[in-house]
Amino acid sequence: MATAVATKGTEFEQMGAVPTFQVTLFVRRFNPEDGQEARWEDFDVQVHGTDRVLDALHKIKWEMDGSLTFRRSCAHGVCGSDAMRINGRNRLACKTLIKDLDITQPIYVEPIKGLNVEKDLVVDMNPFYQAYRDINPFLIASDKPEKERLQSAEQHSKFEDTTKCILCAACTTSCPVFWTDGQYFGPAAIVNAHRFIFDSRDEGAELRIDILNDKEGVWRCRTTFNCTEACPRGIEVTKAIAEVKQAILRGKP
Amino acid sequence: MSKPKVHHYEYDVVIVGAGGAGMRAAIEAGPHAKTAVISKLFPTRSHTGAAQGGMAAALGNVEEDSWEWHTFDTVKGGDYLVDQDAAEILAKESVQAVIDLENMGLPFNRTPEGKIDQRRFGGHTRDHGKAPVRRSCYAADRTGHMILQTLYQNCVKLGIEFYNEFYVLDLVMTKVDGQERPSAVVAYELATGELHVFQGKSIIFATGGFGKIFKTTSNAHTLTGDGVGIIWRKGLPLEDMEFYQFHPTGLAGLGILLSEAARGEGGILRNASGERFMERYAPTIKDLAPRDMVARAMANEVREGRGAGPNKDYVLLDLTHLPPEVIDEKLPDITEFARTYLGVEPYTEPVPVFPTAHYAMGGIPTNVQAEVLRDNDTVVPGLYAAGECACVSVHGANRLGTNSLLDINVFGKRAGVAAVEYAKTAKHVPVPANAADEVVSMIEKVRKSKGNEKVAVLRKELQETMDKNAQVYRTEESLNEALNDIASLRARYENISVQDKGERFNTDLLEAIELGFLLDLAEVLALTSRERRESRGAHLREDFLARDDEKFMVHSMAYLTDKPAKKPGDNIKVGWKPVIVTNYQPMERKY
Ligand code: SF4
Ligand code: FES
Repeated sequence: MATAVATKGTEFEQMGAVPTFQVTLFVRRFNPEDGQEARWEDFDVQVHGTDRVLDALHKIKWEMDGSLTFRRSCAHGVCGSDAMRINGRNRLACKTLIKDLDITQPIYVEPIKGLNVEKDLVVDMNPFYQAYRDINPFLIASDKPEKERLQSAEQHSKFEDTTKCILCAACTTSCPVFWTDGQYFGPAAIVNAHRFIFDSRDEGAELRIDILNDKEGVWRCRTTFNCTEACPRGIEVTKAIAEVKQAILRGKP
Repeated sequence: MSKPKVHHYEYDVVIVGAGGAGMRAAIEAGPHAKTAVISKLFPTRSHTGAAQGGMAAALGNVEEDSWEWHTFDTVKGGDYLVDQDAAEILAKESVQAVIDLENMGLPFNRTPEGKIDQRRFGGHTRDHGKAPVRRSCYAADRTGHMILQTLYQNCVKLGIEFYNEFYVLDLVMTKVDGQERPSAVVAYELATGELHVFQGKSIIFATGGFGKIFKTTSNAHTLTGDGVGIIWRKGLPLEDMEFYQFHPTGLAGLGILLSEAARGEGGILRNASGERFMERYAPTIKDLAPRDMVARAMANEVREGRGAGPNKDYVLLDLTHLPPEVIDEKLPDITEFARTYLGVEPYTEPVPVFPTAHYAMGGIPTNVQAEVLRDNDTVVPGLYAAGECACVSVHGANRLGTNSLLDINVFGKRAGVAAVEYAKTAKHVPVPANAADEVVSMIEKVRKSKGNEKVAVLRKELQETMDKNAQVYRTEESLNEALNDIASLRARYENISVQDKGERFNTDLLEAIELGFLLDLAEVLALTSRERRESRGAHLREDFLARDDEKFMVHSMAYLTDKPAKKPGDNIKVGWKPVIVTNYQPMERKY
């Protein structure tokens, strides 16, 4: 019998023991239909120990102001819908526990930067998706195997990290280069190029390397590491970009 | 406010939904027919991406396996309510479905020889139940994510046309030669509030599930059953709606899914005293029993006072005996969920878990070509359904883990192939000029309403009554209570209003519309659950504890009628449809 099962006061139980507490959220509001300028609006919300910023936004929407608008779906960090700037950092609202923020201060929530704001926390993601599509994000292989292609665990490990990407845009919209130059492909597109360039089954590395060797490609990256810090999937984004730079200089390893 | 603008399009194949089934269909249809995929989300946000553990296929890469064993497990796992011809297809075509995905680029975990690796999963066994078998092909614990990404990548490659953040709210049926025929779907564009009528020769529904009828669920906020609800409102039947799966291991209190792969890799469920209680319920395969049995065992432990925690209201998933490397390599995401959301460290602490509403076995009835049925055997020409929204039925009364990622690939592909075949010779069914009228009035009614009821309040009450009355344990009384509650919520729904009256990104309005679908589907589920007076698979009636093969070895078929509902549910007619049995006669289900 596992001794670990004899539970003492786990953190989880303590979370349950904290009944509710109050926080103030400052949310960036903008709606082109109402003719007003973008502005901050504050809301006081009662939350629980296990609540995330997304829960607080839902509380506002469902109990106070139905017009508050944001994207969300899965609510546990796997669909990539709800990247936003929370206290100045890009995060997924559904993965940010309120108790982990400094709750003595108001929590600031605003849309991710560098993409046009459509309404409140919703931005126009199309330029972001376009950059992704531009790097040919699909396996390019000429053989027609009858069964599976073989791949060793070691070959798989070369690109496994970048397969985790959920296209949330947290990295790209935390990048100062992207803020000043919206033409830059951005970290997410490079991450997805990496996923294929380093896949032993893929034959399209040269094509992608060509695309990323462009003036709006990898060389714009100034290695500020904002992207790596922002990534909710823990992908080593800056490392992936560096590996793509290496591949351009030395050819695919 | 002026009436919304209406746009018109003509396609050969129109696919509603861009999850696994919809995109798998699009990959077949796109190269051969003018195809549009319409989705309420950007495709990679679909809930297929939340699936974790794997996709079943008898590849036999790591130990002996056969499609026949897989078929048997599927039938037995489904408590003999599975249509066995469909289960045979599922199991036989699984091997090609996995190879297709690998060839498209899916990064599966590998064996030392470089082949696709496989692991154990609940209810999948060697030689008809002798021992667990390694049948699940996987990519760490994000197999659904990799399937969704790979399918979207291949759609990009093929240049498939997507209409993203378009909410399909109606199916247009046109009377031709005295028969109602599908001609188009009507979608509401989130960004603008404008309407779009998509005429199609073939229309495929691949709209996923409706877990949001429950409070504790692994399902995304957007899983509100719009597609299934649309079909229902057209007077077409829904099959086996009483069979809803509760996944054993949701994070306690939150419902976030922790894959069965945790137990496939050796995780053990324990009660408060540390006892491995599944040994009492399923002596042979223990923690790897099918989900219905494990969920029930867990609920029973809690009910009999053996639950863990300060309120004794959950059990524990123990991974502490697994080497941390195995956890990191094979279960990275779910262990991170435990850390992030509950502050529990799975290396050293057991994780609090409890069943969470997860998957609809029932849905839109189809045959094995994915053609939608209007009764027990008549096809609706040009209309197809695949994936969770459909009921083929390969899952019967209880789906096995890893069979749904398989289902979307096998029957998504079949739907795509059949839709193209049909579109080759069929003509477009004419679309009436006022095709969008019903959606216009549905939307304007909500937008203009000055009622005093709030969407969030009604939705919460609905979810609470469903959790209380139609979850793991059910009785005639509890189900009648659910039906009464739903009826009064429905009356109040007439009086809802929304605060956002705008046209752009009006999610307030759409949540109100989605609630309408949830109410419809919850009612069908509660009613068919009441009418099935036996216990089978995921459906447990405490007032009818035994399985009753004499009366109920049949699928339920529910129809919406015009009959006034004097009592809640009176307007729903329930018929029955025989189960297709090929090789396996029902036996007692022991593991
Ligand atoms: S790399 Fe990380 S931050 Fe960037 S889009 Fe992908 S998941 Fe989001
Ligand atoms: S809602 Fe899916 S990632 Fe946050």
